[in-house]
Amino acid sequence: MYVDRRVAPPILSVSGFMDPSLPAKPMTRRFFLRVSSATLLAAPLFQPLPALAGTWRFFDETEAATIVALCERIVPADEDPGATWAGVVQFIDRKLTGYYHRYQQLYRLGLQGVHQSSLALFGKAFVDLSGVQQDDLLRKLESNQAPGNIWKQVSATEFFDRLVDHTIQGFYGGPRHGGNRDAVSWRMLGLPTAPVRSRRPLTAPWSTTPNPPTIKL
Amino acid sequence: MKIKHVNVVVIGSGAGGGVVAKELAEAGLDVVLLERGRWVTPDQERKDDLRNQRTTVLGPSCGPDEDKEPRVFVDPEGREQIVWPADGAYNNNAACVGGGTVSYGAMAWRYMAQDFQMKSLYGVPAGSTLDDWPITYADLEPFYEKAENEIGVSGDVTPDPFKAPRRHPLPMPPLPDSRETQILKPAAQRLGWHPFYIPMLRNTVPYNGRPGCMRCRWCCGFVCECDAKNGTQNTVIRTALASGHCELRTHCIVAGITLDTKGRAKAVEYFDAQNHRQTQTADLVVVSGGAIESARLLLNSPSALFPQGLGNRFDWVGRNLQGHAYSGAFGLFDHDVYDDLGPGAEIAICDFNHGNPGLVGGMLLANEFCRLPYQVANMAPLGIPRWGKAHKDYMRTWFRRSIVIMGPSQEMPVFSSRVQVDPKVKDYWGIPVARLSGVDHPHNIELCKFASDKAELWLKEAGAIQVTRRQKTQSWLSAGQHQAGTCRMGNDPKTSVVDKHCKLHDVDNLFVVDASVHANNGGFNPVLTIMAVAYYASDYIKRAWPGGGLR
Ligand SMILES: Cc1cc2nc3c(=O)[nH]c(=O)nc-3n(C[C@H](O)[C@H](O)[C@H](O)COP(=O)(O)OP(=O)(O)OC[C@H]3O[C@@H](n4cnc5c(N)ncnc54)[C@H](O)[C@@H]3O)c2cc1C
Ligand code: SF4
Repeated sequence: MYVDRRVAPPILSVSGFMDPSLPAKPMTRRFFLRVSSATLLAAPLFQPLPALAGTWRFFDETEAATIVALCERIVPADEDPGATWAGVVQFIDRKLTGYYHRYQQLYRLGLQGVHQSSLALFGKAFVDLSGVQQDDLLRKLESNQAPGNIWKQVSATEFFDRLVDHTIQGFYGGPRHGGNRDAVSWRMLGLPTAPVRSRRPLTAPWSTTPNPPTIKL
Repeated sequence: MKIKHVNVVVIGSGAGGGVVAKELAEAGLDVVLLERGRWVTPDQERKDDLRNQRTTVLGPSCGPDEDKEPRVFVDPEGREQIVWPADGAYNNNAACVGGGTVSYGAMAWRYMAQDFQMKSLYGVPAGSTLDDWPITYADLEPFYEKAENEIGVSGDVTPDPFKAPRRHPLPMPPLPDSRETQILKPAAQRLGWHPFYIPMLRNTVPYNGRPGCMRCRWCCGFVCECDAKNGTQNTVIRTALASGHCELRTHCIVAGITLDTKGRAKAVEYFDAQNHRQTQTADLVVVSGGAIESARLLLNSPSALFPQGLGNRFDWVGRNLQGHAYSGAFGLFDHDVYDDLGPGAEIAICDFNHGNPGLVGGMLLANEFCRLPYQVANMAPLGIPRWGKAHKDYMRTWFRRSIVIMGPSQEMPVFSSRVQVDPKVKDYWGIPVARLSGVDHPHNIELCKFASDKAELWLKEAGAIQVTRRQKTQSWLSAGQHQAGTCRMGNDPKTSVVDKHCKLHDVDNLFVVDASVHANNGGFNPVLTIMAVAYYASDYIKRAWPGGGLR
């Protein structure tokens, strides 16, 4: 018996490694700097951004509100911005319709499970819980002790581990994937952003790498 | 249309294949270089912390194709799983023009003389197929030197008293000391060890018409955007193409090799960029697909003479798959040690490669390549939560205050660690895929513990206030980026696959030139040895070509 853990093929089957969520055109340096300075001036307090209605690719509004609350406990805002400000939810949302297509079901069920657990433990939706209660629930997910029928179909720990990993990816990965807005985590660590030379086309005079042959497919 | 017959077809354009293609093309032989991957360039594959050849959560940047090339992995309990290039169990290296050398960290080690004579020095540990290489360090020395000069190596190994004899210094100096080096070098000296600057296939000064390194933090696993990292794609393959005698065909995957009635290699069958099946005939075939794919290709080429696969009369093809278990330690300091200067790895010791009481072989120890935030987030020492404010505090406090020391432990080859072809699973083109199974030798765990002990000692001496050991504690299949050993070089056709010139026993015009031929993989990253062996084998082919039995 073979177990293929990739339940669903990525959306672009022709060149599956190409993530449709990648911007078609890279941000130019000037644009990038302009955004940076504007947001630095405008955002002294790092409140989670309210999700804009209708902007999600994968989540519905209720799911989005829950995932915002979850991610914000995983990387909370304090003197530095947290997960939601950094666009982590946008990152996860995009990837679920792209490279992380195979985790769609895990998220759908996992979010339902969080709702069930939250009702069972506190009688309220996850978004209405206090921070302490939310952390309490997260720890129950982490240790696979969260109540709810859904967790018979999908492992709470697996959902939690995946969510933490994706949150960390969105927070610390490159801004081009929709998270780490304004390179906020790198600023938090005092790190410069990526060099921009690589945006030059290969045929630029400094390059000595031979031209890649054009392949007609 | 029939494709023109050529002198040589080289399968795979990585460390080994790139060198062979250049050497033979320059000698005037007509060479076709077939590569299943594409050219990878820095403007296509940018500095992406989540998608590169080291962190593959969003896929590998340097191949292979994620939807077309699965493998089957059999875990130690015997469970089979289909795995894909981004999975750890796939044991990926790379698939692109230049192979692993486009994205590698570029450490350029010469093995020590002892590494070629392990059996004579240590005997054979129970359960291992440890053997001597049929060639010695002295045979390879001129070719190590050639690789260092032609492909370009920087560093300074003069303070290393354990190194094998060498005639000339490295062609380029090391980079100026990073802060980690400033801390680790005196600490090692206080311990009585002999630190020196890691030899690296990286320009530190302009060399070969390309600039020096600009020291970014995205090096190991990434394409270099100033072309300062020296792979085969920007050195020997360029030269090969410029010679006018080498044609490179990308997106071409070789499915099998056919023999003529006299048992000589006649042609290779491949699928071209349009997925059309093609036949390329040649006088000489060189297999350089990397340790897993070269074995797969031979096993996928059975014939009347070799019903079990080409060169596999004695069931040695695909056996002894090995790599390097990495172990060491992660130290936290009470002051900033991070200076954001790539490549990161810089200082090493070879005090523990041999002569370790009770152990067979050993390992170099060196500081690690720059750690990216996502990697450090996953390295939280035990007890620190992975989430919440505690996680953020950990990152803010320790990201700039940690040093990692690691080393590749020398592996004792195991016969049952192997590459086979899977009887059921096929790739996109219908070619049976590689099936990986087995576990490494238990001695690796002992060596890894030893590596962690020494790394811990070094970090503490350097002033670390807390050290977490990063130590292998379980046996598993070892291959990955340092995969080697599947077509062992030896004198006895019954216990090896190729002879001492990398020629398949029993087939006069077929060579395997890549990490597959390593009888033992040393306690060092393997690539310079792969390149040196490729120069050495090419030298033999060139000398044998005119009158010899090669065509
Ligand atoms: C991130 C990373 C860091 C590394 N760092 C270091 C380091 O610091 N020092 C070091 O010594 N080593 C390092 N390595 C390892 C080093 O790159 C490999 O040891 C080396 O490239 C192996 O050389 P090879 O010739 O055996 O195979 P490869 O370089 O893997 O080349 C094989 C080529 O053959 C092609 N191929 C395979 N099968 C077929 C087929 N059927 N048809 C057509 N083409 C085919 C592949 O696509 C590939 O391009 C690193 C590797 C990686 C990925
Ligand atoms: S550290 Fe130097 S060699 Fe490595 S990728 Fe950056 S510039 Fe290139």
